[in-house]
Amino acid sequence: MPYINEMRLDFTAQPQNEAFARLAVSGFLLPLDPTMEELADIKTAVSEAVTNAIVHGYGGRPGIVRLAAGYAADGTFTVEIIDRGRGIEDVQRAMQPFFTTSADDERSGMGFTVMQSFMDEVDVRSAAGRGTVVRLVKHMRARETDAVPRRA
Amino acid sequence: MLVYERKRNTLLVRLNGELDHSASMRVRAELDGLITEGGIRRLVFDLRDLRFMDSSGIGLIIGRYKMMKRRGGSVAICGSNARIDRIFDMAGVYQLVERKAEGGQRDAVHQ
Ligand SMILES: Nc1ncnc2c1ncn2[C@@H]1O[C@H](COP(=O)(O)OP(=O)(O)O)[C@@H](O)[C@H]1O
Ligand SMILES: [Mg+2]
Repeated sequence: MPYINEMRLDFTAQPQNEAFARLAVSGFLLPLDPTMEELADIKTAVSEAVTNAIVHGYGGRPGIVRLAAGYAADGTFTVEIIDRGRGIEDVQRAMQPFFTTSADDERSGMGFTVMQSFMDEVDVRSAAGRGTVVRLVKHMRARETDAVPRRA
Repeated sequence: MLVYERKRNTLLVRLNGELDHSASMRVRAELDGLITEGGIRRLVFDLRDLRFMDSSGIGLIIGRYKMMKRRGGSVAICGSNARIDRIFDMAGVYQLVERKAEGGQRDAVHQ
């Protein structure tokens, strides 16, 4: 189903932008009139993926994190968190609960598990040395989507 | 990000705002100083004023649990909401850390 609203946002890979990314996504979702629960689920999942891009993808090196989101008339919301960082060698292993490559940094290895439990779909595409795309989908209880003008 | 109260060797830490990766680094730095300098043996987190938490909260709590265990002390949590509990339960946090009932703040401090 085509998007009836889309956004794209690029920001530098710095920890203070984790809160900004959550706020930006919340603001974008407002026309859908999400429940508190839906909003909190999405903010939490986005926070996990953006943190991963900053902490693991770029690991302190300068870089750009891209947030690309959209929703369809049926209330299906999709957001991609994209980095051009170091990538993930074994995605399946990385997604296992408690798996982390930076335990000494007090990472819990639960980021992907949290994303999976709060979203309907979590899809990860990654190539070592090239970067990572995390695609998160949530089927929202669609309300007031009629109020959003359909694109021609 | 945090307000604290110290009673002998118990430290009660009330977290507020949004506990993400960025905030957890700041909280950790401040807390570890307080724990070491104050000779703290019991650490109680009050989470009632927390507006947001992601898996960084798990890392913060487990990290402090390990630190307190090395010191022969313990950690407890009170004031968590259902969402926070759901995230902690994914990682089995409450198998390591005591969950005190709502309103347990005063008891926690005087324990
Ligand atoms: N964007 C990314 N770029 C590179 N590696 C990543 C990325 N996202 C996740 N990873 C890898 O997957 C592992 C698991 O991620 P996650 O479940 O969020 O746990 P944590 O962040 O606590 O380590 C990370 O430790 C890291 O090795
Ligand atoms: Mg993570």
